[in-house]
Amino acid sequence: MSTATSKSLKEKANQVMGVNLKDAKLAKSYMAVAFIALLLGGILGLLQGFERAGLIQLPYWFNYYQVLTAHGLLLVVVLTAFFTIGYFYAGLSHCLGGLLPKVRKMAWIGFWMKIVGLVIAIIPVLLNKASVMYTFYPPLAAAPSFYIGLALIVLGIWVCAFGAFINVASWRKVNKGKHLPIFAFFATAVFILLFFGSIGVTIEVLILIAWSFGWIPTVNVMVSRTLFWAFGHTLVNIWYLTAVSAWYVVVPKIIGGRRFSDALTRIVIILLVIMNIPGGFHHQIVDPGMSQALKFLHVFMSLSISFPSLMTAFAMFYVFERTGRKLGGKGLFGWLRKLPWGDVRFLAPMIAMIAFIPAGAGGIAQTTNQLNQVVHNTMWVVGHFHLTVGTSVILTFFGISYWLIPHISNRVLTPRMNKVGVIQTIIWTIGMLFMSGSMHAVGLLGSPRRTSYSTYGDNATALGWDPYLIFVAVGGTFLIIGVLIQVFAVFHMMFFAPKGVTEFPIADPEVPVEKTPMWTERWGLWIVIMLVVISMGYVIPLVELIVNAPPGSPPFKTW
Amino acid sequence: MKFSKHEEIWLTISVGMLVLFMVIVGYQTFALGMGPPSNKETLDPQKVDQTAPFDNPGVFEVGPNEYEVVMVLQVFSFTPNNIEIPKGATVHFTMTSKDVVHGFQVAGTNLNAMVMPGYIQKITQKFDKPGEYLVLCNEYCGAGHQMMSTTITVK
Repeated sequence: MSTATSKSLKEKANQVMGVNLKDAKLAKSYMAVAFIALLLGGILGLLQGFERAGLIQLPYWFNYYQVLTAHGLLLVVVLTAFFTIGYFYAGLSHCLGGLLPKVRKMAWIGFWMKIVGLVIAIIPVLLNKASVMYTFYPPLAAAPSFYIGLALIVLGIWVCAFGAFINVASWRKVNKGKHLPIFAFFATAVFILLFFGSIGVTIEVLILIAWSFGWIPTVNVMVSRTLFWAFGHTLVNIWYLTAVSAWYVVVPKIIGGRRFSDALTRIVIILLVIMNIPGGFHHQIVDPGMSQALKFLHVFMSLSISFPSLMTAFAMFYVFERTGRKLGGKGLFGWLRKLPWGDVRFLAPMIAMIAFIPAGAGGIAQTTNQLNQVVHNTMWVVGHFHLTVGTSVILTFFGISYWLIPHISNRVLTPRMNKVGVIQTIIWTIGMLFMSGSMHAVGLLGSPRRTSYSTYGDNATALGWDPYLIFVAVGGTFLIIGVLIQVFAVFHMMFFAPKGVTEFPIADPEVPVEKTPMWTERWGLWIVIMLVVISMGYVIPLVELIVNAPPGSPPFKTW
Repeated sequence: MKFSKHEEIWLTISVGMLVLFMVIVGYQTFALGMGPPSNKETLDPQKVDQTAPFDNPGVFEVGPNEYEVVMVLQVFSFTPNNIEIPKGATVHFTMTSKDVVHGFQVAGTNLNAMVMPGYIQKITQKFDKPGEYLVLCNEYCGAGHQMMSTTITVK
C-alpha cells in the first residue's frame, strides 16, 4: 500500500515538473541522430534491394558494396546505438530523479565522440576506401581512418556506459536497501553488456589500426574474427534486451495492466547478461581451426539464451490475457479482442513480439551445427536479421517513439498522429513479410548474402532465384515508405505536435505485490559469473587459435 | 518469487524440446559424422603455391568412385574449375585461400564452409544426382565477388 501511494506521488510530481529539460535535450539529440540514420540507411537499403533484384545497376563510384557497408553501419551501429542510449538515458533521468550533472556531461561527450567517429569512419566508405562491410573481416584492409572512427564510436559508447553506472551507483548509495527501479535495472544490464561485449572488438580494432598503417606486417585472421563475433552477437542481444525492457515495463501500462512478476523479470535480465557473450560463437560454425566438440559446446551456449526468452514469451501472454480478461474479455481468446489494437504504442511492439516467434525459432535452427551449414552466409541469414532486428527490435523502437518523443519534447501524441503510426506499422509489417519471407526462401535455395546481382554466367540455378529477389525489391519499396512516414512522425512529434505533458509509461507491479529477493541486486556477482561463462566459452578457442596460429596475413584491398 | 503452475509446465516442455534437439544434433554430429567442417591444419597463407598439396591443385581419384579435390580459392576464382565427376562419387574437398576470406558453397547440397587464409578446410559430399551444380563464393571478398563461381558436373 505504501509503495502504491509513493508511486502515485512520484507520478504527480513528474506530471507537475514534467521532464527534466536538460536531460530531455540530450535524449532528443540522440533520437534525432537515430532517425536521421534510419532515413539514410533506409534509402541505401532501397538502392541495394533494387540492385540485388537486377532492376538497377549502381554506378562504379557508388557501388553495391559501398552502399551495403554504409547501410550496415548506419542501421546496425548508428541507429541502434543512438536509440538505445537516448532511450535509456531518458528513462534513467525519469526514474532516478534526473541525471547527475557530470553524467549528463559524460553523455554529451559520448555523443560527440560517436558523431566524430562516425564521420571519420564513413568518409573512407564514401571514397570507396573501406568497402569491407560492417564486419570488416581481415585480411580485407580498409583505410586506417575507418578503424579509428570505429574505435572512437566504441569509446563514446563506453563513456555513456560509465555515466550510467555512476548515476545508478549514486542512486543506490542514497537509497540503501531499496531495489533499483525496474527500468534502471534494464539499463544497467544493457550498459554492462555494451561495455564487456565490446572489449574484444576494441582490441581487434586497435590491432587493425596498427596493421592498416603498416606498423605490424600481418594479422591473425581467425582471432580477429572470433573477437568480432564475441561482440557482434552480444550487440544483437543488446538490441533485443532494449526491446524487451519496453515489453516488460511499458507495454503493460499502455494496455492498462500491470507488469509481470518483478522478481522473475529481474531474473530474466540477469540470465540474459550472464549467458550472452559466448552466444556469438555460432557465427563461426563452418569455420576451420576449431573442433566439432567445441562447436557443439557452443550450440549449447547459444541455445541457453533461449531459456530467458521462453520465460519472456510466457510473461507477455500472461500479462495480455490477464489485462484482456480484466477489461471484460471472455472465452478462450476473447481477451485478445480487448487489447488496444488501434493504439500504435501497443500495436507496434505487439507485432514485434509476434514476429519474434518465427524469428526466434529460425534463430534456434540456424544456430545449430549442421543446420547452420545449410544456410550459413545465404540470404536466409539476411532474412533472419530483418525479422529479428528489422522487425522485432525496430518495430518496438518505433512503438516507443510515439510516447518517448512527445515525452521529451513536452508535446502530446494526437489521435491523428496515432493513426499515422498505425498505418506506418502496417506498411512496415507488409514490407518485412515480403522482404524477409523471400530472403528466407531464396536463401534455402542457395542464394548468397552480400553479393550484388549476378546470374553467374546465366547459370540455371542462379536464374531460378530471380523471382524471389524481385520480392525483396517489392518489400524494400514498402519499407522506404515506412521509413519516410516514421521519420516524418518523429520530427513532427519533436517540433510541431501540440504542447502538453506526456508521461513516461512505467507499469506498476502486479498485485498482491510479492517481495523480490535482495540478492537480485548483486551486480558485482553477476558480472563475475558472466566473466566465468565468457571464459568457459572463449579461453580454449582463443588460446588454441593463438598458440597454433599459422603465419599471419598481410593487408589486401580487393575492391 | 515463484513460478506459476502454467509457467512451470511451459518451461518444462520447452526445455525438454531444447534438450531433445541437442541430443539429436549431437547424435548426428558425433555418431553419424554429419558435423560441420572443422579442420584444424594450417599453412603459411603467403606460400600456398609452394606448399603441398596446394602446389598441385586438381581432381584426384583416391579410391573406387572416390575423389579428392585439392582447391585453391583466390580473388575471384576457384582452382581447379569446371570439375566433372561420375554419378555417385564421394568427393573430399581440401581447400585454402591465397588471399582474403572466401566461402565455398555448392547450391543444392549441404556443402558450405568458410575458407580462411592460413587454414586448410575440409568437407565431403556424395553426389548422387546427376546435373550441373553451381559453386559460388558466399563470403564477400571484393569488387568481383559476384563473379566468383564455377560448376561441378555430375554425369
